[in-house]
Amino acid sequence: MDSPDTDATLKILVVDENPIRRAIIEDGLKEAGFSNVVTLATTTRLVDHIYKLDPDVILMDFENPSRDVLDQMFQVSRVVRRPIAMFVDQAGRASISAAIDAGVSAYIVDGLKKERVSAILEMTISRFRVFNKLRIELDEAKSALRDRKIIDRAKGALMKSKGLDEEAAYALLRKTAMRQSRRIAEVAESLLSALDLLDSTNGDER
Amino acid sequence: MSEGAARPRDSQSEIHAGFIPLVDCAPLVIAKELGFDAEQNFALFLHRDVSWANIRDKVEAGVLDCAIMLAPMPLASTLGLGGRRAVPLIAAMSTNLNGNAITVSRALYDEMLKADRASAVAGGMESAKSLASVVARRRVEGAEPLTLGMVYPFSSHNYDLRYWLAAAGIDPDNDVNLVVVPPPLIAGSLKAGRIDGFCVGEPWNSVAVAEGNGVIVATKPELWVASPEKVLGLKLEFPERYPELTLKLIRALTMACAWLDSRENRLTAAEILAKPSYVGISKELLLRVLTDDMKRGTGATEPATTDAVIFHKNGANFPWVSHASWILTQMIRWGQVRAPFDITEVVRRVYRPDLYRDAVRSLGLQTPDDDVRREFGAAFFGGETFDPAMPLDYLRRLSMRDRTVDLTLFDEQAR
Repeated sequence: MDSPDTDATLKILVVDENPIRRAIIEDGLKEAGFSNVVTLATTTRLVDHIYKLDPDVILMDFENPSRDVLDQMFQVSRVVRRPIAMFVDQAGRASISAAIDAGVSAYIVDGLKKERVSAILEMTISRFRVFNKLRIELDEAKSALRDRKIIDRAKGALMKSKGLDEEAAYALLRKTAMRQSRRIAEVAESLLSALDLLDSTNGDER
Repeated sequence: MSEGAARPRDSQSEIHAGFIPLVDCAPLVIAKELGFDAEQNFALFLHRDVSWANIRDKVEAGVLDCAIMLAPMPLASTLGLGGRRAVPLIAAMSTNLNGNAITVSRALYDEMLKADRASAVAGGMESAKSLASVVARRRVEGAEPLTLGMVYPFSSHNYDLRYWLAAAGIDPDNDVNLVVVPPPLIAGSLKAGRIDGFCVGEPWNSVAVAEGNGVIVATKPELWVASPEKVLGLKLEFPERYPELTLKLIRALTMACAWLDSRENRLTAAEILAKPSYVGISKELLLRVLTDDMKRGTGATEPATTDAVIFHKNGANFPWVSHASWILTQMIRWGQVRAPFDITEVVRRVYRPDLYRDAVRSLGLQTPDDDVRREFGAAFFGGETFDPAMPLDYLRRLSMRDRTVDLTLFDEQAR
């Protein structure tokens, strides 16, 4: 903080094909005072991009096979203007496990101060966790929506074939699910596939 | 996988192993699918990964117990190459030999045919000569240098490709542009014209041939008939902490390798490996390397392939310390390591035939009396000789190497 080399001047490159995660990390870093953040969505010609951008720090997700491309780049240090080492080398063992667990890797220019490195790593790990949590919630929301649609269709089928009202149709599905120790959506799905089968064997057009 | 370093699971009877989707992952997959792990009273858990860097980091951090690794990887980690902190890893056995090939784009193959038909058609070491003619012509014409892909800096693919190029007088660092491309992306990169050729493990050569974009110009056994490829990589501490479990793991993998080398099992192996959770490529393409039926895409009569991949026979699982010495010579040759060290000392620390011998004794398997062997004759890069007792002499004899690496410093380290 005493030198002109402040957090704001540190150039951080985020390489991530996932647009949502990319945005989440960029926002997090900017909020933490790292204003010089560049993002890259593609890994085509990655090495060329990195030479051109000349970042101090590179963040990349573990799902990206192009981590191996970076390994080559850092290995042939004589062609790189500034040698870069994998970031987690400087962090402690717990940070390495945490980074792997969250799914992020980071690379820094050699000689960057440890405290600044830690700040970036912690921020990125927490943002990756936020994203992972979001992804799980999104998956759950999608499957809940799918379940509701299936249950609605099954209710409709029961109302039509057994002359029940909506409430009675739902009660029947729920009772069956409880008796069979299954989820209502599963019972609804079996019912619909059984109906499909009957329709097709009757030669109907569905 | 959760907080890896702490090993919260049953550490005496579980092993978590990583792999990259390649035919070479077969020993782990077969050990699990056919129950060779249960036979040895432990449970194997497999974790597919997307990059070699991930495999290395996860084993180093203890998130994975072991992995099928590129043979040079435990050496690179132990030496702390690539600007990284040194983490001692070991190779407890070889899990396969060969399995690679060099493929060029159809357009480049046509250029090679035009430049030197006999050499291009001959394949193997010979075919690089026609490439050398192409490279020379392009230089005269002022064309862009060719771009060739390989999968990782510390890989047999890198050293094989460089060896093949250098033998024909092509300088891999100045005459062509060598780039890393992850295996699953390599056929696509060839198709898109981003690279002109590559060296990769199967089935990715066959994928490029099947798509009509690639021609295989050399298979690994044509360069070196039984050459080091993948090893079982572990942290140095693992066998100290879990001695029995380590021996069980080596036995289970060795049994899987023996099963894999029986020809009658290769169709079953291809069916299992084709699953999306393993390699995820059709069994027809996997069978090409597994049954020595490599289709090269030349359109002409193709030479037969022998031992395109070896999992077990002729003591293939023995971790030859001389393999490690040879790999180190290639690292020094191409300037991947400059700080001098004692080659003999490092190879003994990393390659561990002692563990392998201990493990397979109860299986009744014979192991060699020596830990090293000489490589020579037509079987070894077209007639060269590697004497593991004198690796630096071998290095000095090689026609091309990074001359800025001072070999006399390595002489001083050798006892």
